[in-house]
Amino acid sequence: MWRLVFRRLIQNRSSRTGIILLGSLFLIAIFAKQIAPYDPAKMLIWDEGVNRRVPPCLHLLGCPESEPQHIMGTDSRTRDYFSRVIYGTRSSLMIGIISVGSAVVIGTILGAVAGYSGGWWTAGIMRLMDVLLAFPVLLLALVVMALLGPGLENIIIAIAIVQVPHFVRITRANVLALKETEYVKASRALGGGYFHVLLNRILPNTLTPLIIKGTLGIATAIMDAAALSFLGFGPNQDALEWGTMIGYERNSMFHAPHLVIFPGLAIVITVLAFNLVGEGLRDALDPRLS
Amino acid sequence: MGTYTLRRLLGSLPVLLGILIISFLLTRMVPGHPCDWILTDKGTQEMCDRVIEAKGLDRPIPIQFGIYVKDVIRGEFGNSIQTNRPAIQILAERMPATVELSLAAFLLAVLVGIPAGILSAIKRNSPFDLTTMIGANLGVATPVFWLALILMYIFAVLFRGTAFWLPPSGRLSPGVSSIPFYEVYGVIAAEGSARFLVLEFLSNLYIFNSIITLDFDVLGDTLKHLILPAVTLSIIPMAIIARITRSSLLDEMGLLYILGARAKGLKRRAAITKHGFPNALLPIITIMGLQIGSLLSGGVLTETIYAFPGLGRMLYESIITHDYPVVQMIILVIAVVYIIANLVVDLLYAALDPRIRLE
Repeated sequence: MWRLVFRRLIQNRSSRTGIILLGSLFLIAIFAKQIAPYDPAKMLIWDEGVNRRVPPCLHLLGCPESEPQHIMGTDSRTRDYFSRVIYGTRSSLMIGIISVGSAVVIGTILGAVAGYSGGWWTAGIMRLMDVLLAFPVLLLALVVMALLGPGLENIIIAIAIVQVPHFVRITRANVLALKETEYVKASRALGGGYFHVLLNRILPNTLTPLIIKGTLGIATAIMDAAALSFLGFGPNQDALEWGTMIGYERNSMFHAPHLVIFPGLAIVITVLAFNLVGEGLRDALDPRLS
Repeated sequence: MGTYTLRRLLGSLPVLLGILIISFLLTRMVPGHPCDWILTDKGTQEMCDRVIEAKGLDRPIPIQFGIYVKDVIRGEFGNSIQTNRPAIQILAERMPATVELSLAAFLLAVLVGIPAGILSAIKRNSPFDLTTMIGANLGVATPVFWLALILMYIFAVLFRGTAFWLPPSGRLSPGVSSIPFYEVYGVIAAEGSARFLVLEFLSNLYIFNSIITLDFDVLGDTLKHLILPAVTLSIIPMAIIARITRSSLLDEMGLLYILGARAKGLKRRAAITKHGFPNALLPIITIMGLQIGSLLSGGVLTETIYAFPGLGRMLYESIITHDYPVVQMIILVIAVVYIIANLVVDLLYAALDPRIRLE
C-alpha cells in the first residue's frame, strides 16, 4: 500500500516539489554543522573585523574578493546569518514534529476512549475539546504561554495543547464509525477484549486521516511557534530559531532588511513543504477527500 | 428554522460556561496570591483583606466562580493593574479598532478571494490559474508577522516621498484627532455609565465616527492607516478562500446539471456563475466562518507590529505586563465573539441548505 501511495505522491507535481523541499530541509537540519560556513554563535568582530549588519556578500554575484563571503550578511552581533538560518532548521523541524507528535498521541488516546467507551467520559472529553476549539489558535497558545512563562518547552506544550482537539475529533469520529462494522463485531464475538479490539482492530484503520492531518498540523505548528517566539515567548534572544531571529532583528528592518527577509523565507519554504506533502498525502491516501 | 436556531443557541451554552471556567481559572492558576498582582507591592494587609472580602477569595471555589460570573454579567471585569482604569472602559476604546481592522481584512479577503477562485476554476490550468494557485499556496505559508514587516519596509521606507507611501503605524497621523460624534452633537452621558460606554465604543469606530461627523480628513487618514494592517491580515484568509472557491466550483462543474444548463443554450461562463456558483457556496461559507478565528489570531500579530491600538495589541501588552484582569476580559470577549461568529455561520449554512435543518 505504501509503495502505491509513494508512487502517487511523486507523480503529482506539487507533492513532488513538497517532498524534494522537505527532504532537503531534513538534510540541512542533519548536516547543519557541515553546511554552515561559520559557528552560528560566534561574533566575528573580534578576529575578522566584520561589521554589524553587513548586507549579503556573494563572490559569485560580484561581491569583491577582498571582502569575506557572507551569503546572508551578518546580524546585529556580527554573527554569520547564513549559518544561523541553517541551524534554525533544526529547531523549527523539532518544534513542529515534537508538538504535533505529542498532540497526535494524546489526541488519539482521548479520541479512542471517547469514541469506544461512551458514558460521562466521552461527554467530558468532548465538551473540553469544544471549549478549546472555541478559542482562536494563537490566542489559546498565548493564554498557555501566559500561564507557563516563556521557553522552548513551553512553546511546544502550548502548540500541542492547541492541536490536540483536532486529533481527538478525527479519531473519535472514525472509532464511532468503525465500532459498528462487521469485522469489529466479529472480533468481539471471537472473544477479543476491550484493548485488543481497540488497539489491533480499530486504531490501525484510523491512521490515514491522522497522518494527513498530522502533516498539515506540523505546518501550522511551525508557523504558530514562530509567531510565539517572535512575540518574545521564545527561549532567549540568542536562540537559533527563525521566529526569535526575526523578533530580535525587527528593528533592523529599516536599514538591514536582509535580517528579517531570510529567516522569514525559511519559514515560508518549510511551511509550504509540509503543506504540499500533506495535501499530496491526502490525495494519494484518500481519493474521496480531494 | 426556529427550532434549529434555538437548538444551536442552547448547544453553545456549555461552551460558553467552559470559556467562563477557563478565564476564571486563568487568574487562579497564575503563580502568587491574587493580592500580589491586584495591589502590586503597594498593598497593605488591610487592603488585601478588603480584596479577599470583595472577591470572596476565602469562600469555596464554586462560590468564587459564582461571584465571578455575576461580575462578568454586570460588565465588571475589575480595574487594569497598569492604568488603574476599569477594564471595560479599555474595551470600549480598543475593541472598535479591532472591529474595523477585522472587517476590512475580511472584506478584502472575500472580495479578492472569491473572484480569483471563480476565474481560476473557469480558466483551469491557464497561466492565470497557475499563478493564482501558486500565490495561494505561498499565501497560506507566509507568517503574518513577517509579511507585516516586509510590507512596512516596502510602503513606508522604499516608497517614502512618493504617492504610494503608507503610514507604518497607528490609527491616525500625529496631530490628527478624531472628535467623538457625541461631543460634536452634544449627546451627554455620565462617565462610566453603560450609555457612555456605548457612545465611546461607537465614536472609536473612526470610519463610522468621521462619516457621521462629516470629517473627511480624519476619514481619509483612518483609511490610509488601515490599508497595510488590513492587507497583511487578509492574505491568509484570502488564499484559503480562493482555493476553496476554485475546488468547490470545479466539483460542481463536473455535474450533469451544468451540462443541462449548457444544453438549453447558456454560455459556459453563465452556466458556471449562475448555476454552479450558488451550489458551490456552502463549503465557501464554512471556510469563511473558520477564517474569523484566523483574523482574531492574526490580529494579535498585526496590531502589535503596526502599533495599531486594538484588542490584540492590548492582549499582548497585558500578558507581558501581567495585567491579568485585562487579559481575562479580552480572552473572554474574543472567545465569545468567536462563538457568536461560528453560530452565525451555522445558521447561515442552515438557511442556505434545508437538508441541514432537518437532521
